[in-house]
Amino acid sequence: MASVCFYFQVHQPFRLRRYSVFDSEPNYFDDFKNAEICRKVAARCYLPANRLMLELIRRYGQSFSVSYSLTGVALEQLERWSPEVIDSFRALVDTGQVEMLAETYYHSLAFLYSREEFRDQVVAHSAKISETFGVRPKVFRNTELIYNNDLAHFVQGMGYVGILAEGADHVLGYRSPSFVYRPIGADRIALLLKNYRLSDDIAFRFSDRNWSEWPLKAEKFAQWVNQVNGNGYLVNLFMDYETFGEHQWADSGIFDFMYHLPEHVLKQADNNFMTLSRAVQTYAPVAELDIPHMVSWADVERDLSAWLGNAMQSNALHELYRLEEAVKAAGNPQLLHDWRRLQTSDHFYYMCTKWFADGDVHKYFNPYESPYDSYINFMNCLDNVRTRLRR
Amino acid sequence: MMRILMLGWEFPPFISGGLGTACYGLTKALSDLAAEVLFVLPRGESELRFERIRVVTAVRKQGGRSHTYWTVDGLEHVRLIPVGAALNPYQTEAEYLEERRRQETGRASTVKEGGAAAMPANPNRPTRLGLMSSPNLYAGDLFGEVHRYARLVSEIARQSDFDVIHAHDWMTFPAGLSVAALTGKPLVVHVHSTEFDRSGTNVNQRVYDIERAGVHGATRIICVSRMTRDILTSHYGVPESKCRVIYNAITINGEPINHPFNRIEQNDKIVLFLGRITMQKGPEYFLAAAKKVLTVMDNVKFVMAGSGDMIRRMIELAAAMGIGHRVTFTGFLRGDDVDRIYEMADLYVMPSVSEPFGLAPLEALSHDVPVLISKQSGVSEVLTHVLKVDFWDIHEMANKIVAVLRHPPLQKTLREHGAFEVRKFSWSDAARQCVEIYQEIAGDRR
Repeated sequence: MASVCFYFQVHQPFRLRRYSVFDSEPNYFDDFKNAEICRKVAARCYLPANRLMLELIRRYGQSFSVSYSLTGVALEQLERWSPEVIDSFRALVDTGQVEMLAETYYHSLAFLYSREEFRDQVVAHSAKISETFGVRPKVFRNTELIYNNDLAHFVQGMGYVGILAEGADHVLGYRSPSFVYRPIGADRIALLLKNYRLSDDIAFRFSDRNWSEWPLKAEKFAQWVNQVNGNGYLVNLFMDYETFGEHQWADSGIFDFMYHLPEHVLKQADNNFMTLSRAVQTYAPVAELDIPHMVSWADVERDLSAWLGNAMQSNALHELYRLEEAVKAAGNPQLLHDWRRLQTSDHFYYMCTKWFADGDVHKYFNPYESPYDSYINFMNCLDNVRTRLRR
Repeated sequence: MMRILMLGWEFPPFISGGLGTACYGLTKALSDLAAEVLFVLPRGESELRFERIRVVTAVRKQGGRSHTYWTVDGLEHVRLIPVGAALNPYQTEAEYLEERRRQETGRASTVKEGGAAAMPANPNRPTRLGLMSSPNLYAGDLFGEVHRYARLVSEIARQSDFDVIHAHDWMTFPAGLSVAALTGKPLVVHVHSTEFDRSGTNVNQRVYDIERAGVHGATRIICVSRMTRDILTSHYGVPESKCRVIYNAITINGEPINHPFNRIEQNDKIVLFLGRITMQKGPEYFLAAAKKVLTVMDNVKFVMAGSGDMIRRMIELAAAMGIGHRVTFTGFLRGDDVDRIYEMADLYVMPSVSEPFGLAPLEALSHDVPVLISKQSGVSEVLTHVLKVDFWDIHEMANKIVAVLRHPPLQKTLREHGAFEVRKFSWSDAARQCVEIYQEIAGDRR
């Protein structure tokens, strides 16, 4: 049998406005652009995709489930600019077939810089989810699937029963992502690994006409799902929710694909769809995995180089977290919130110079003309945070 | 191999600007590809006295007329033919007349180099127009001189064998067209700048007409950027199919220069403008940005290296803005002085209003200096690891200058990636692209 575990990431950063060294107003975020993008993505992706998921749950009942992770900053924006999206997520959660995961409220890299800040953000996120949807997350996923042994232990200590990571080749070696694993030395938390081949077939290659498997139909994909039979039982399909309608446009047939997928997967009698905590309850870990170095789901390297690959990125992050103590001591909630919104990993992703010259996925998501512009803008905002601290 | 009649400009060590650098770089690379280049150089003969050049007098077989040319060490396949013509690629009509007036009245104590650099007269070195001092050589105004040059080149062409004519910028276009008409050989015109770049909206109609005739009469047009190609298609009515974009390049010698001790000893940060101080180069935007920078930082010096018709106005403007003590004008720099100023600079700024290509940013990058360039430049089409700004956006220009000066990691990242990126600009690639064009248009005629 094969259990398909869909987990969709829902995230929108608070993008910065153009902030020059001559600016002194303490408002750093581009409300106009953020509202515009939020509404656009809601219309193209969140609303139609949620409608589709609800329909699939109604049609297949207990046999169809999915999981989501919604960042706190995405929720805030949806509340302000597209509250109907929150309602549609609520309707999904209310079916009991949809799980909400835990993560950092600000989609931050806090675990790398401050355990205390990390804990605060995870707690804040959990409170936000429970207040909005009436459920408490039990499985944790870190920003961009960044993971190592230390993180697993820390998160186990916070009471979570499962954690997600990229099923990167250099981590798994000969092993398969189709099993549940145990982080080394941990006894109360299970590790679920992304099946990156099958996930990326949907998330990245679906509309690529040069891909030998194009066009990808639900029937064919269901056969690939069935192939794990005899060699595992989990098919972990982890991806950005924006895959539907935003990264893969509606006219690529991505919604149709998803609409027909359960039908073909469930043709095989013992196949099913599961939430992640259900998978953790159902399947026992087969082995311990030792992952001392940080892995992530980004780029071909699957490491931290998308956010920490050059001197500007490490400088910006370092300078940001250096202010932690002062910001917290200032006792100014707005300042704290601003500082935290600057922690969102996207700001550092925009500064990536790795493939900048060739142009690729980094460019597509980048509101700046160049990584240098994004660094300059970010540092100007941070400068202003510093002046507010001096007051 | 292809034989090219190259109507070019300037040869080292007397190079006053990007056009000369480009002609030399391209010619050297063509020679390395074993293309035979007959390089016609408008210049006073006496000026060409330097070690690497040997004078050869060839006696032509057919007519028995003697024919003098130079060979240059290191340029195996190049023959250099100097032509006595008082042309200089950066000169305007007014400057030409002014210079003539001074020559004729015998008060020529200084001679303008590059239409820009005031170079003190050196008794040991013949002045630029030394050969031209005999008044009967002049043919009236600048345009007369351009046409006189065309006749001289036609003479040379009659006695030479070549497959293609390659002419650089408008002053050589009439010569290129005459030779093409005379010999039936295909003409390539290489557009390094147009009258619209140099003069904005104050276009000189006669220059425009010559440029227009050149680009329409040519079989192929080489443009130094897409930006230049777009000007040619929109303002000169040239079909895009005739144009080929070939970017300029840079010769990099060995490892990047890095003398950290120079930087540490300086108390002031140095922001460098290096180029002709003319309307086209946007010097007033540089000063306006400087003033803004100085409102938030005080340990900054702005160096303007170069000369040109706007230098006096810029000195006065800096004073009027109250930043005179923070702006240094060095005059025209050459050789080691250029290297030294790059080594001192923390940032190079090119705020050009309209820059068809822009070689100086590549030079700055090859000297390990971070670069801020205007988006209105051809080189910004191909450089990614530089900062870019609209030339008129002095607010953003100042913002970026401050960022580079304040944040060492920004400088470091720009420098590291920039030094790498600049290596993709090679003259041999450009020469290869030229040869492709020559073959395309001359192949079946040979």
